[in-house]
Amino acid sequence: MSDIILTTEGVAKSFGKFRALSGITASFPRGKLTAIIGPNGAGKSTYFNLISGAFPPSAGRIVFEGRDITGTAQHRYAALGIAKSFQITTVFPQVTVLENVRVALQALVSRFNIWMPRGDLAGLAEKAADLLNVVGISQHRERLAGSLAHGEQRALEIAMALASNPRLLLLDEPTAGMSPEETRSMMDLIVKLASERTVILVEHKMKLVMGISDRLLVLHHGELLAEGTPDDIRRNETVKRVYLGQREH
Amino acid sequence: MLPAEFVARCKRHRVVLSVVFLLIFPLVMPFKAIAVNILIYGLFALGFNLLFGTLGLLSFGHAALFGGGAYACGIAIVHYGAPWWLGIFAGLLGGMLIAAIIGALAIRTRGIYFAMVTLALAQCVYFVAYQASDFTGGENGLRGIDVRDINLFGLHINFVDPLNRYYVVAAFVAAALFVLSRILASPFGAVLEAVRENEARARACGYDVRATRFVAFVISGGFCGLAGALQALHLSIVPIETLYYQTSGLVVMMALLGGMGTFFGPFIGAGVFLLLENLVSLWTVHWQLVVGAAFVACVLFFPRGIWGTILLGRAK
Ligand SMILES: Nc1ncnc2c1ncn2[C@@H]1O[C@H](COP(=O)(O)OP(=O)(O)OP(=O)(O)O)[C@@H](O)[C@H]1O
Ligand SMILES: [Mg+2]
Repeated sequence: MSDIILTTEGVAKSFGKFRALSGITASFPRGKLTAIIGPNGAGKSTYFNLISGAFPPSAGRIVFEGRDITGTAQHRYAALGIAKSFQITTVFPQVTVLENVRVALQALVSRFNIWMPRGDLAGLAEKAADLLNVVGISQHRERLAGSLAHGEQRALEIAMALASNPRLLLLDEPTAGMSPEETRSMMDLIVKLASERTVILVEHKMKLVMGISDRLLVLHHGELLAEGTPDDIRRNETVKRVYLGQREH
Repeated sequence: MLPAEFVARCKRHRVVLSVVFLLIFPLVMPFKAIAVNILIYGLFALGFNLLFGTLGLLSFGHAALFGGGAYACGIAIVHYGAPWWLGIFAGLLGGMLIAAIIGALAIRTRGIYFAMVTLALAQCVYFVAYQASDFTGGENGLRGIDVRDINLFGLHINFVDPLNRYYVVAAFVAAALFVLSRILASPFGAVLEAVRENEARARACGYDVRATRFVAFVISGGFCGLAGALQALHLSIVPIETLYYQTSGLVVMMALLGGMGTFFGPFIGAGVFLLLENLVSLWTVHWQLVVGAAFVACVLFFPRGIWGTILLGRAK
């Protein structure tokens, strides 16, 4: 296995006339936690959405494990081995927590069976319960997902992303809107997950990810401003200017 | 509002309870012909509700699926001398086929565009049926669907007798309710919930949202086609209006009245609508005004519909 899991080659995205992202070329090492940082509106989510297949790039290529996946339909990503959680929480609110994860697991085995009772799909409920344990919300399994606290919904979303046992996990601001305690436990969870798979994390609070990331990419105004280890980034003058100008966290 | 535990228990036995209702209904209902109509439109609304209630897709073209089923059944019997059961089978397939054609084009769109595209395509079907008068009877409707006896496995039933007729139709409705219940409880039913609840997440989980919608549309066409076929047998004629957009509007009203996304609501909606229509038209020719006002009041004050409100209480 190559030690590069994902490469983007000059990927760009325009919304109408507005160029949200100029050609970004970057590689992501396997088994590492890479954080994409940058101030609000830098283009992080746009870049994230291109990597995760929410929409195709206006230009450039995306290569995953040596394979060009540019323009691949979103619903094929889970089978490729890529999963994500969105910046805005997306769960199935009117469905129980356990069923949320069970449906996510079901995508791998049954999509169009209209006759069998869904409970007869062997092992899914047990696996779902295991995943809820991993993210630490198994006590809420029978509750409706929409009734969970914000932080718990985010954890549920990560459990659903883990259902496809992805080799690459993409997280867009997983701590957005969280209380300090929730943020801390989410960070612990991310570190735990990153020990078993490649993680790409989008975050605009630089301080939060400095301690846990192996590598950082800094985006600003849709361009790749800098990349390197946390120490490289901390010493980088341009980055300092961008973040200092903002009096960032 | 009924106690939640009671509702949950009823839900587990929803098919049995529905069948019991179907058995008793004609005994308490003075007008047998209306009772048959209620079942047929209830089944039509059930098929519509599978898209609207379960998947959140508002189609304004369901007349094409209902009418398509009615015409397929009628044409099989009138032009090809098919036996009654083959006519019903043709109706089921006809509904699914038209649903596949309309669905393939319409599922690319969403919201108001989906409603408009389905409406336009259904009007195309109406136009074709209107023009192909050698086959469909054109504006006079398709006449001569004359089924007097139902023979099945040596069983001989006089279909002209209103109560017999009711129970024959009820048998098909019971089968449809059983099938629907299986579908909702199946893995595909889980996917339908997922797509309705959050499309982006469903896609990220690995579900092809378009394909899911398409399959649901075709299944909906099966239910609506079956209802249309039963309608053709019941009326002995397929009026061209069956395909008209008013029929599409009618089923939207019935589904909303009963409660979108409820299992038995479509039958309650169809029942209330048709009973109101029949009773009010006895004392005024402006019955549409009264029924329309009742519909508006229901949507405004009981957005969950009659059945949804009984089960879950009023929406906050
Ligand atoms: N669908 C869209 N249509 C038009 N403009 C968009 C769209 N999505 C994003 N943009 C613009 O592109 C720029 C980059 O947005 P993006 O969401 O990628 O930023 P971000 O770095 O994720 O910011 P944040 O930290 O606030 O999440 C912003 O100026 C935004 O307004
Ligand atoms: Mg963002």
